[in-house]
Amino acid sequence: MENFNYHRPASVDDAVKAATARPDAKYMSGGMTLIPTMKQGLASPSDIIDLGALKNSGISVGATVVIKAGTTHAEVAHSAEVRKAIPALAALAGGIGDPHVRNKGTIGGSVTNNDPAADYPSACLGLGATIHTNARKIRAEDFFTGMFSTALEDGEVITAVEFPIPRKAGYAKFPNPASRYAMVGVFVADTADGPRVAVTGAGAGVFRASALEAALGKGFDSASLTGTPVPAKDLNNDLHASAEYRAHLITVMAKRAVDAAK
Amino acid sequence: MDNGTGIGARVKRKEDHRFLTGKGNYTDDINLPRQTYAYFVRSPHAHATIKKIDTSTARTMPGVVGVFTGEDVAATKLGGLICGWMIHSKDGSPMKAGPHPILALGKVRYVGDHVAVVIAETREQAKAAAAAVDVEYGVLPHVVDVAEAMGHKAQVHDVAPDNRVYNWSIGDEAATDAAFKRAAHVTRIDLVNNRLIPNAMEPRAAIGYYDTGAEHYTLYTTSQNPHVARLVISAFHGLAPEHKLRVVAPDVGGGFGSKIFIYAEEVVCVWASKFVGGRPVKWTAERTESFLADAHGRDHVTHAEMATDASGKIIGFKVHTKAAMGAYLSTFSSCVPTYLYATLLSGQYNIPNIYAEVDALYTNTAPVDAYRGAGRPEATYVVERIVETAARELKMDPAEFRRKNFVTQFPHQTPVIMCYDAGDYAATLDKALEIADVKGFAARKAASAARGNFRGLGYSAYIEACGIAPSAAVGSLGAGVGLWESAEVRVNPVGTVEILTGSHSHGQGHETTFAQLVSDRLGIDINNVSIVHGDTDKVQFGMGTYGSRSGAVGMTAVAKALDKIEAKAKRIAAAVMESSPDDVEFRNGAFTVKGTDKKMAFGEVALSAYVAHKFNSAQIEPGLKESAFHDPSNFVFPAGVHIAEIEIDGDTGVTTVVNYTAVDDFGNVINPMIVEGQVHGGITQGIGQALAEGAVYDKESGQLLTGSYMDYQMPRAADVPSYKLGFTCTPCPSNPLGMKGCGEAGAIASPAAVMNAVTDALGVVDVPMPATPHVVWKQMRHLKKAAE
Ligand SMILES: Cc1cc2nc3c(=O)[nH]c(=O)nc-3n(C[C@H](O)[C@H](O)[C@H](O)COP(=O)(O)OP(=O)(O)OC[C@H]3O[C@@H](n4cnc5c(N)ncnc54)[C@H](O)[C@@H]3O)c2cc1C
Repeated sequence: MENFNYHRPASVDDAVKAATARPDAKYMSGGMTLIPTMKQGLASPSDIIDLGALKNSGISVGATVVIKAGTTHAEVAHSAEVRKAIPALAALAGGIGDPHVRNKGTIGGSVTNNDPAADYPSACLGLGATIHTNARKIRAEDFFTGMFSTALEDGEVITAVEFPIPRKAGYAKFPNPASRYAMVGVFVADTADGPRVAVTGAGAGVFRASALEAALGKGFDSASLTGTPVPAKDLNNDLHASAEYRAHLITVMAKRAVDAAK
Repeated sequence: MDNGTGIGARVKRKEDHRFLTGKGNYTDDINLPRQTYAYFVRSPHAHATIKKIDTSTARTMPGVVGVFTGEDVAATKLGGLICGWMIHSKDGSPMKAGPHPILALGKVRYVGDHVAVVIAETREQAKAAAAAVDVEYGVLPHVVDVAEAMGHKAQVHDVAPDNRVYNWSIGDEAATDAAFKRAAHVTRIDLVNNRLIPNAMEPRAAIGYYDTGAEHYTLYTTSQNPHVARLVISAFHGLAPEHKLRVVAPDVGGGFGSKIFIYAEEVVCVWASKFVGGRPVKWTAERTESFLADAHGRDHVTHAEMATDASGKIIGFKVHTKAAMGAYLSTFSSCVPTYLYATLLSGQYNIPNIYAEVDALYTNTAPVDAYRGAGRPEATYVVERIVETAARELKMDPAEFRRKNFVTQFPHQTPVIMCYDAGDYAATLDKALEIADVKGFAARKAASAARGNFRGLGYSAYIEACGIAPSAAVGSLGAGVGLWESAEVRVNPVGTVEILTGSHSHGQGHETTFAQLVSDRLGIDINNVSIVHGDTDKVQFGMGTYGSRSGAVGMTAVAKALDKIEAKAKRIAAAVMESSPDDVEFRNGAFTVKGTDKKMAFGEVALSAYVAHKFNSAQIEPGLKESAFHDPSNFVFPAGVHIAEIEIDGDTGVTTVVNYTAVDDFGNVINPMIVEGQVHGGITQGIGQALAEGAVYDKESGQLLTGSYMDYQMPRAADVPSYKLGFTCTPCPSNPLGMKGCGEAGAIASPAAVMNAVTDALGVVDVPMPATPHVVWKQMRHLKKAAE
């Protein structure tokens, strides 16, 4: 790991100022992704701007569920309010990594990183979430722009993620046997605008499975998905799973997510 | 003696408090004054010539105190790494061992090969400067797959033009061919034993230190056998004579074989210290280096054929194996696919004719050497997979087919060297069938099928040979060392005892089990016994711990020394109590004189031995300290029956081990709790091999694709069921404690049990290991397409 300067601003404005002044600076929330990449030499920021002093964690549930960016996965998993409003979201958070990771890693860090195998992006896209930043609000559809990339501008900081409350939602994850990230993760939601199915782990980034959404349009029931194939084209093909296997698993996991939906 | 801490007691491990509270003293915990840090420049290529190494920039980097390459090593005439077991090919020619310099000379042969070392004030400085060492490579063709290595255009070593290290054979080929001619049925199978990465929890580490005043070297290292390391570094590398080199292996966090070997990095550290002004040089592997450069295990490709007669008796067995050696011959690599493998091909069965041929091949990969079980898991895999397949083909119950062919008379001489001394294989089978509730399997399978899942049952009736090994026997087979063990028992004047043993504990719990033996024999509190090991300055000599030898060989040496202690203590007690030594009895920690009420506690006799007031020291030497060497007269033969029951998710291909039964015959057991722990760990490692672990090199690039835990799947607690264990006991006749070995059995037995269950569930002959969800799904899809 290379040396870096460390900052711990007390307000979002100070954080943004510190970052904008230094082109090679990086924000740090839980550090669960950033620090390993620095240790491996994949990132060597000149400055670390630790968001830990912003006091930006917390969950509020009203017409929507608003989770502040600094809220850890463990807090979401254990939140009685989230469990009641969107049980699938709490369950998803409870299945990320291991206890260490869940107690340090945050929703803001996770969506910013937009790892193609991360869990949260599927919930964001599956529920039609809105990402709040210091400057604006971005729809999930527009936020996730591809592998490890998002619509965030340089220095822009996420403050919260806002989730509409669906009638029902479910998440089923097929973990990569080694890393336990999602090899295929499917988030299904029965929303006011109809069924939504978001898939993570299988492609270059999170995406909606239109064939499955159409099938669920006939009835939000796993039986509706039987015999609905997902095209393998453009899916990931690696040591752990071929594109065909991933395509197969998307349908299987979608069914399981629908069956688990609450 | 029955004091709750003797032989057979479930004594909690004395060492665990230290380990579990972070107070262990591992090599990386040790820091010496003026210490420097080493970082290795490693090859990014699978095979390349080294055209030029430019170290000029690195030398000027902050904190750098030295940069060394293979040329620098060669200039000091230091010898290269050796392979300590000479194997001769069928045609009588010696194995073809290529040079293995501690820093590459002219050529690199695998990704991770050690090219140069940078030594600096801090680890970070060494690493930064290592990145600045500029190596110009000329990339050569490479071969990473053992199946393709023979005669491949990529030639790993000049001495082996076709990449073949040896072509070795065992058994009677003509007799075996004749048996096949008589056969009523022949079963054939092709198997791959997947390459594994050991993954000890503690990465390898070393601190080398040259004392310029005393002209004496010290090496702290993560070793399973520090005396062997000293012997090799002295006698073969020629660094210094043994009295000028101390090797210390302090707490070691797991080895599984991978820390038996002498590695380049540790030799570099102790060599280089002299050239950085006698400052200590420390190196601790990063996990990536462990993946790349620890010796790997297994990696066999095998074709086997088994001949049976009309009654279902096995009459012949033929095996051909290609065994990967990797890019260099690691310390004991050559004996693994030969004497530790093919000598076990008779399994638990009475097979009159066996012939096996092994081609050991170089590949452009990390060296392959002994890994938990070393050869015996590979043998068990071949035997138990083909026996299961034969039973299925003959439409016989796999358990009954085995029973029909079991060896029942002992001793039993197999056609492949081993002479089994004791066992009752039918008894272990019966017990396993009962514990596993095999009778209820059909109903459980039907219930799985109703859920759309596949359930399978698989057996593994393994046998292994451990307690390695009679020195003269292994010497005649090419071993460079004897495989006895030594022990010293030091009784202190107050009656406490120190045991100095050449066995090395790196997870096995010797501090507890060896102390139990002493507590049992001398009748003293287990807390009054300490076990000293792992330091060549303290322990007279030792061959170390591997091949499940510490009980059968190491403890027997302790027992022999204890016999001598008892004999001398009796003479002293007799003198003090003014009676004849013949009338003195020793029981429950007390010396008594027959027919009198005279009595001395063990501690009193110890004190008398040291004050020497009450005996004639012209006849009896003062003190109470004895040593012994024990050379075993035979291997020991643990055997058992393991039964795996698995369920495959019909939608995803995920295999879950739902029941696992292991019934083992380890002879007499010192501490059942520790033995159960060894069995649990071994089974888990074997389940890892069967369902999860597999080192994969990319054929195109030669890179290790499974170079971290992101891609290499270790088995986790949640991946395995709660094991059902049972034990039978036929005491081992070749050692006084009647012990066999338990350290490797689980890993030897379980891959075959699990894969027999997987193939049973799917109704196929073979599924390659690791049977990951993807692999199983492909099989299911294939079967489904075939059915359509
Ligand atoms: C062993 C392990 C297992 C894991 N398993 C999983 C898994 O199964 N599923 C899964 O989804 N994830 C997994 N993760 C990733 C984990 O969820 C991370 O915590 C998460 O991806 C990043 O969150 P963080 O708070 O640690 O972010 P950090 O590491 O602090 O930051 C990540 C990135 O986001 C930026 N950033 C952080 N906060 C903000 C903000 N508020 N505004 C703008 N930019 C910001 C940083 O600059 C950095 O680029 C795993 C991680 C580990 C180490």
